Amino acid sequence: MSLDELYREVILDHYRKPRHRGRLENPTAHAEGTNPLCGDEITIDLVIEDGRVAAAAVTGQGCSISQASASMMADAITGRTLVEVEEISHRFRTMMDLEAGDAGLDPERPGATLGDLEALKGVRRFPVRIKCAALPWTTLAEALGSSPA
Amino acid sequence: MDDLSGLRDDFPILATEMNGRPLAYLDSAATTQKPVQVLDAMDSYYRTMNANVHRGAYSLATTATEAYESARARVASFINAASPREIVFTRGTTTSINAVAFGWGLYHLRPGDRILLTMLEHHANVVPWQLICRHTGAELAYLPLDDDYQIDTGALEGVIDHRVRIVAFSGMSNVLGSIGPMAEMVEAARSVGAITLVDAAQMVPHLPVDVQALGADFLAFGAHKMLGPTGIGALWGAPERLEEMEPAEGGGEMIREVGLHESTWADIPHRFEAGTPPIAEAVGFGAAVDYLTAIGMDRVRAHEEAITSYALERLATVPDLDVYGPERVTDRGGAVSFTLADVHPHDLATILDQDGVAVRAGHHCTRPLHRLLGVPATARASFYVYTIPEEVDRLVDGLHEARRIFGVA
Repeated sequence: MSLDELYREVILDHYRKPRHRGRLENPTAHAEGTNPLCGDEITIDLVIEDGRVAAAAVTGQGCSISQASASMMADAITGRTLVEVEEISHRFRTMMDLEAGDAGLDPERPGATLGDLEALKGVRRFPVRIKCAALPWTTLAEALGSSPA
Repeated sequence: MDDLSGLRDDFPILATEMNGRPLAYLDSAATTQKPVQVLDAMDSYYRTMNANVHRGAYSLATTATEAYESARARVASFINAASPREIVFTRGTTTSINAVAFGWGLYHLRPGDRILLTMLEHHANVVPWQLICRHTGAELAYLPLDDDYQIDTGALEGVIDHRVRIVAFSGMSNVLGSIGPMAEMVEAARSVGAITLVDAAQMVPHLPVDVQALGADFLAFGAHKMLGPTGIGALWGAPERLEEMEPAEGGGEMIREVGLHESTWADIPHRFEAGTPPIAEAVGFGAAVDYLTAIGMDRVRAHEEAITSYALERLATVPDLDVYGPERVTDRGGAVSFTLADVHPHDLATILDQDGVAVRAGHHCTRPLHRLLGVPATARASFYVYTIPEEVDRLVDGLHEARRIFGVA
């Protein structure tokens, strides 16, 4: 196990310079997630328009893995349709072994490659940290569940 | 430094590895490791003495009962209690505090009464009182900390009045190491007729304790933070206070007479020990107390001051590291909490883990304190009798590695 494999440069970059950071004025969907054991917190605001994530914003505090995962997630879902977001989310969860995988996605389809998110693969080798990477995604699922769209 | 390193051979786990490196166990404030003397005592109990206590008419049951009660007597003398009947065996510190909250607080508090806590309490000494407030209409008040991270007894005057019925405070902070101002707190409580409970989860393992000199009403502590097994702890209570307490749990063994609608209770301390107790654990607790007594609590404390002093010195050499806690080593125990620049404590713990160094990261069950410190989490290294300077050195090396990985300039 290599620490440099866990703390990839792209992860530290998202941790230090988180994308889509902040709150939205008039979110149509919102959720707050916490991990009571370690205290990590994620708040997600979304604007869903015509079945598409028009805007996403994240705040929170916690370790580099949870905050980078949130930043990458916000990047990955912005502009996507809800069907695509579902696919990205599934793809992420299979990558992290959180869900039984179908690894054979058509590479042309949205969400088939995860871009920066692939850097979180290294977290799988650190079982206690997987929940850190997953927190933004469970919070996202909750936000989408709360959306009237 | 008083060299206790020879003791390490008694702790089999200290010879194991974590992630391919020799284990450097720096999380003794969470739980301590166990010497073979404790393991053997428990093993031998199950192999040669096991029977239920206080029931059987046969000799084996008498042997088991004697082993259990002998452990009580040794725990009592370890804190210089006047009698073993002042020791109630519980599941641990948390259960001990709850026993007082639900056995004394519930029956003596009225709406408007106050329970005085402090800002550095562990959740175990906060949440039970919140529950009691809900039941009774009593209210909580908190003593602040001073600039040296110690309970600010200067603020007592403003909060201590006749409304205060219970003063419950930590004898030694599990985060900051701060040693509680025992005499001032007890004196202030007495002046208004309030009772005192000391959360001694960290204090009893690390300091010589004499409950007769202390003058408190209750003292709560657990075995597993002082070389003993999990699942057992003790509540020491002044006999007159224990007599005022109702049992928080009912069941077998704690009764004198049981009718269809009413029962009467056994004498203290058995009144508070419903059901079959953790007998092997009590035997292990007794063995742990014997082990610490053989070392001598003065030496335990001297070693802790020395290793803590060494750790504070070494940590001061790490750039961008903030350490929280009293400045002088004589005012604190061997729990040292810190943060490193913008590196989250969980990331620190992961990096140290890869080097075989076990530290705790998080809020250490003290959310109010961490809000006061202005950080969501800290990393904590904590020491005990078996901790050696080389382990502190490895902690410091790991912190340098964390600075490298995170590119802390």
